[in-house]
Amino acid sequence: MFPDGNYGLGSDEISTGTSIMAVEFDQGVVIAADSRTTSGPYIANRVTDKLTPIHDHIFCCRSGSAADTQAIADIVAANVELDGVQMGGLPLVKKAAEIFRGYCYSYRDSLSAGIIVAGWDPKEGGQVFTIPLGGMLVRQPFSIGGSGSTYIYGHVDATFKKNMSREDCVKFCSNSLALAMNRDGSSGGVIRIAIIDKNGVERRALLGEEIPRFYEG
Amino acid sequence: MSSIGTGYDLSAAQFSPDGRVFQVEYALKAVENSSTAVGIKCKDGIVLAVEKLISSKLHEKDSNQRICNIDSHIGMAVAGLLTDAREVVDIARSEAANYRAQYSAPVPLKYLVERVASYVHAYTLYAAVRPFGASVLLASFVDDKPELYMVDPSGVALGYNGCAIGKARQGAKTEIEKLKLGELTCEEALKEAAKVIYVVHDEVKDKSFQLQMSWVGTNSKGRHQRVPEELVESAEAYAKQSMEESDSDDE
Repeated sequence: MFPDGNYGLGSDEISTGTSIMAVEFDQGVVIAADSRTTSGPYIANRVTDKLTPIHDHIFCCRSGSAADTQAIADIVAANVELDGVQMGGLPLVKKAAEIFRGYCYSYRDSLSAGIIVAGWDPKEGGQVFTIPLGGMLVRQPFSIGGSGSTYIYGHVDATFKKNMSREDCVKFCSNSLALAMNRDGSSGGVIRIAIIDKNGVERRALLGEEIPRFYEG
Repeated sequence: MSSIGTGYDLSAAQFSPDGRVFQVEYALKAVENSSTAVGIKCKDGIVLAVEKLISSKLHEKDSNQRICNIDSHIGMAVAGLLTDAREVVDIARSEAANYRAQYSAPVPLKYLVERVASYVHAYTLYAAVRPFGASVLLASFVDDKPELYMVDPSGVALGYNGCAIGKARQGAKTEIEKLKLGELTCEEALKEAAKVIYVVHDEVKDKSFQLQMSWVGTNSKGRHQRVPEELVESAEAYAKQSMEESDSDDE
């Protein structure tokens, strides 16, 4: 049924199958991801960090080809660093997102990259931008991505509320990702969380027992 | 005060023994031959004013603008060889448009100035080309912050609170220095800018001129545009009146 012989568990190319999401709150953003990298049925890395820094207050969540997303993230980080130095001051999240989009759109036929750019800047506060496969760019109050996200669209639409607090956003992310990781074979491991605000980045990880548990059949 | 750069002034690719690039200095002289342009930074915006000399009564009044829009939020006033200035305007417009296309945002003036200055500087490095014989003033008002820059033929770009370029720039600078720049509003600055132009205008050497003014600030909602006719007229009236008053003071 699945020509690549992997029973729907993903291609032999190394992929961050993934469940990722990001949420804006009043003072910043919360971003979260699972930690599984697969090569076909083999879990190449069960503790991956898919939350990649682009600058002090800007991160991205990567899904799709691990190689493609890492390569693009490195180039974007270099560009954003230069921009920060040239303009003096923290780079705008929108600028980083536009640079990502430029590459993702121009090379859309060669890349497999779904990226969520999220961060804080002094001008607009917390922002989440999503760049799905074709290279479109749109800002959203929250965004979900990766193969596991398909299983939680109903959940996030039902649960999201505007003006959630910082800790509510963390709970929203950890609950949503836990559900996604439980259903998607390409997602799993631990839940990595990063909270970005004007003071910088706070990183957390939910391991084993700490991951929320729901109906497990 | 000119010195002869015999032998070392034939190309921009050469230094003179005392460390000067004569072609660039000659380009600066070309700017000094042109009529004056001034820029004044106010609390709530920037005012640009140009003394546009009229060489023939047959000229259409508003053709051959010395003040141009680079983007909706950035304006440029030029002095020097106007055809060279035309190229600088086009480059600036191109850079601003490319920035918008790439980043979906209006170009920050600081960034644009660096790009324009680098371009102008590039023409001071090679024997195959000559430097631009034009200086430009660039102005914008974004996020309640007025910014005024000047780029000269050497490629130097500096930020200013008040600036003048062209033949009467020394006199204009003196007049501008008398103003309390940090406290002026754009409306007040219109009058003062007009007065500066009228004061430094040389009645003997240059006959008729047209005062061109533009602004960018709260009054124009952040867009760079020509100052409305009525305001230009009242600014000119103030300028003429001040001239008469100071004339009558000299008894």
